[in-house]
Order: sequence, then structure tokens, then C-alpha cells
Amino acid sequence: MKDALLRVEDLDFVYDSDRGPVKVFESLSLEIDRGEFVAVLGHNGSGKSTLAKHFNAILLPAGGTVYVDGMSTADEELLYEIRRRVGMVFQNPDNQIVANIVEEDVAFGPENLGVPSAEIRERVNDALRTVGMYGYREHAPHRLSGGQKQRVAIAGILAMKPECIVLDEPTAMLDPTGREEVMRTISALNRESGVTIVLITHHMDEAARCARVVVMDSGKIIADGPPKSVFTEIELLRSVGLAVPQTVELAYSLRQKGFDLPLNCLDVEECAQAVSALFAGRKV
Amino acid sequence: MLRDITLGQYFPGHSPVHRMDPRTKILLTIGYIVVLFIAEGVAAYAAVLVFLGTAMVVSRINPKVAMKGMKPLIFVIVVTAILNLFYTQGDELFSFWIFTITKQGLVTAIFMVVRIILLITGTFLLTYTTSPILLTDGIERLLTPLKRIKVPAHELAMMMTIALRFIPTLIEETDKIMSAQKARGADFESGNIFQRAKALVPLLVPLFISAFRRADELAVAMECRCYRGGEGRTRLRVLRFSRVDAYGAAAFVLLVAAVVLFDLFGIGVIS
Repeated sequence: MKDALLRVEDLDFVYDSDRGPVKVFESLSLEIDRGEFVAVLGHNGSGKSTLAKHFNAILLPAGGTVYVDGMSTADEELLYEIRRRVGMVFQNPDNQIVANIVEEDVAFGPENLGVPSAEIRERVNDALRTVGMYGYREHAPHRLSGGQKQRVAIAGILAMKPECIVLDEPTAMLDPTGREEVMRTISALNRESGVTIVLITHHMDEAARCARVVVMDSGKIIADGPPKSVFTEIELLRSVGLAVPQTVELAYSLRQKGFDLPLNCLDVEECAQAVSALFAGRKV
Repeated sequence: MLRDITLGQYFPGHSPVHRMDPRTKILLTIGYIVVLFIAEGVAAYAAVLVFLGTAMVVSRINPKVAMKGMKPLIFVIVVTAILNLFYTQGDELFSFWIFTITKQGLVTAIFMVVRIILLITGTFLLTYTTSPILLTDGIERLLTPLKRIKVPAHELAMMMTIALRFIPTLIEETDKIMSAQKARGADFESGNIFQRAKALVPLLVPLFISAFRRADELAVAMECRCYRGGEGRTRLRVLRFSRVDAYGAAAFVLLVAAVVLFDLFGIGVIS
């Protein structure tokens, strides 16, 4: 068997509500390989955050198994090994920063792991340089912008040298500048350091920047593949209440009017090229 | 308006006092308070004053700034002075109506005022020259030996760190909730004390709810970063005693010797 970093096998998960148990997943299976850059897309209540919490044993499966690097998350002895490998970044940057100085906060993870002081210093500096926050290492977190705080939170995970970072809607509370900062940081991490990234999001344009998109609806995976093929399934995405990227939307409308445009243009430049090629072809 | 409150104020710097190990500074401050209470007489107070003065000069803290910290305490100082002035029995200096001022009363009042000022300035010097994080670190390490009698040293320090971290966040939130409630017609500024206290309820309820939610999220985030209490934890900063600490300790020993000598031989004691 190939060594998938995250392997979810027949996952069941049930939670208790006031009106009795609610099934979130039934026999959900998913594999994520080392070095992948995956978006898990879905609207609220699709179960994407619940799935994310299974990746580092915050939630344990009610049925089936979740393997991280071959280790089952249900094995309590391996809990810290698993959490060291899979770091998690949450939505609210304020509620995940522990210390009142940036570098102290980044040091929190390695401190918990019992890393020697000199090495902590090195890891903290490296992590802060990677996310471009080294100049702010002695600042108080509450004076930073949302995007900066979220980058500090990412650095705090990086300092633990994880194999994989799961980000649970990290941009939901940020302004456009902050969103761009975070997206650029995680893309660079994946490209340059080979860190596996799982991005939980409901933003189409963010998902379009990933190499693979997993679309979830009511606890089921309804599409899985590269964005270029997933986003062309316009009817399917619409049926679960998700909007497609604007460029695809445009191409789709034009196609319905009889223009022969490809549906898989995900950024504006590509779309413009396709449109101009179409018209150039008409003239001739 | 509420933005810049911190627990005790810290003035960043690189003076020898700033560089001193926080553990030394905490212990010296405690020792200093004890000395202040065993000191009797002008000579002993002069010795304390010289010690504090030297520490102030070395720390390069602006005395004017240091005096500012005294402001909220003026009331306490004045009340102490008045009580001591009128309620000490002894040789009458002069009297009018029901008030009698005695020689002993005057002396005690002056000594009390000087003692309080020296006490406050001395302890402020600790917070002026030590960042909150180092202060917490120092307290944690000083309390570590007490772990054997079940003093949760690490937990206390962690709580202090988190409290310091969230004070500005919660203040910001209070500001926001206040504006939101004001926009809907809430009135926090008028009425008697009961009406004002009642007006705070719609402020406190959302604040508490959000604080609990934050606590919950923070706990999950801490677990994700492998937090499992103080055991096996290392630290980014290593506290080390240096030469500065030796100088500080030596100066303190001199102070103790001087005060004890002056007390024993009654030098400068006014009776």
C-alpha cells in the first residue's frame, strides 16, 4: 500500500444533539499523500470542520479509522506523535495565541515537546522568517493585524516541524489583504518546504489555488480532483449550494449562448486569453 | 481609552538592573520590604534611601516617571500621616480644640510616610525593570521547589501569562460591546450608583460568554500544540545568574548589615 500521510477509512461520526444523535459521516474514506496541497470545500454544516478535527485526534472516530503516517488516531499512546505531525490552525487568530510576545508564542509548541532551549531559539527564528514575521518577533500579538496574527499562528505550528498543517477556515475573519497574506504563506510553505497542506474553506477562489479539491456536502465527498476538473461540474456544485469561480461562471453562461469556450479557466488572465482566442478564431 | 492598561508598568531598557535575573530581583524586593520594616531611626532609613537611590540611578528610570506611579496612592499616604499624627500618645507639642499633636506623633507620621514611599518606589522598581513574561518566569522558577507541597507553580505561571495575553483582547472587546450597547441606547454614564451597576449587566453578560468561548477555543489550540502541563517542558529563555546579580546581592547584604548595626546600637534613633 502506498504511504498516504492521512488515511481515513470508513469513518463514522455521530454527535449528540438535543434531538438525539446526529450522523455526520457514514463510511467516509479519503487519502491525502505527502506534499499535497488540498482544499476541502463545502458550506456550513457540510462536515468539513468535523473532518479536520479528526486529522489530529481532537475528535476520535465513532467507527472506522483515521491513520496519520500509519498511526491510528484512536491510539492514545501516540497522541502527541500525531499532534506533532499534524498541526492545526483555527479560524480566530486571537484565540490560538498563548503568549504576550510573538516569539514566546511561536516557542510554545517546541517548549511542550521538550526541545532543548538552543534549538527552540533556532526553530522560532526559522519559523518566523518563513512566514515573514521575523521583524515582529518582540511585538505584542494584540498590536498585529489579523493576517499577521494568523501568520504568527502558522509559525507556531511550523516550529513543531509538522509534516502536515490543517487550516480550518484560516481566512474567515480576515480582510482581503490578510487573506492574501495567509494564502501566499501557505502556498509558499507547500511549494518550498514540501509541507502537506489541508485547507478547509468555503471560498472558491482559495480552493482554486490548491492542487486538489475535495468537495463535501452533508458529510459526503461529492467531488474530488484537480480544481480544473472539479469546477467544471457546475450543475453538481450548484445543487449543493456552492458557487463556482466567476471565470467559470462566465464561460458557462457564454457556452449556453453557443460560444465554444473551455470551462476550465480558473484565473482572470487565463479566461481573457481563452475569450480572445475564441474571437481571434472567429475573425479568421 | 482603555487600551494601554498593563499589570504594573514596564519600561524597556538595557540597564544592569534590567539585565538582572528576575529571580534575584524578586528575592531582593522581598528582602528589601523586610529590611524596611526592621529599620528604625534616621541612619537606617538613610541607608535604605541610599540603596534605593543607587538602584534607581543604575536602572536609568526617570524619577519623574517613577513619581507618577505614586499619584493614586497619595490618598493612602495622607490618611496614614494624619492618623499617626493625631493618635499617638506622648509629649504634647501643641493643641487646639480636640486635636493634640505630640512629638512622638510627628516623628511616627514622618517615618510612616517615608516608609510607604520607599516601599512603593522599591516594589515599582521591580515592575519598571522586568517584563511581565520574565516576571512570570521568575515566579514560576522560585515556586518550583514548592511543587513538593503541591503548589501548582507551572499552572500559576501559565495562568498569569494567559491573563496578561488576554487583558488587551478583552479590553478591546469591552470597548466594542460598549459601543454596540450605546448605539442601541444604553446609558453607562448617568444615574446613581445602583442604576450604573445595573447598566453594566448588558455589558458583562456578553463579555463573559465570549470569554468562555475564547477559553474553550484556546484550550483546544493549546492541546493541538501538544500542551500537557509543566512536565517535560523546556523553555525558550534560560534564566542565568550573572555578575550583575552578584553585585545586587552584595549591595543588599551591605544594606542589611548597615540597618542591623544602626538598629542594634540605636544610632540615629529618635526617642
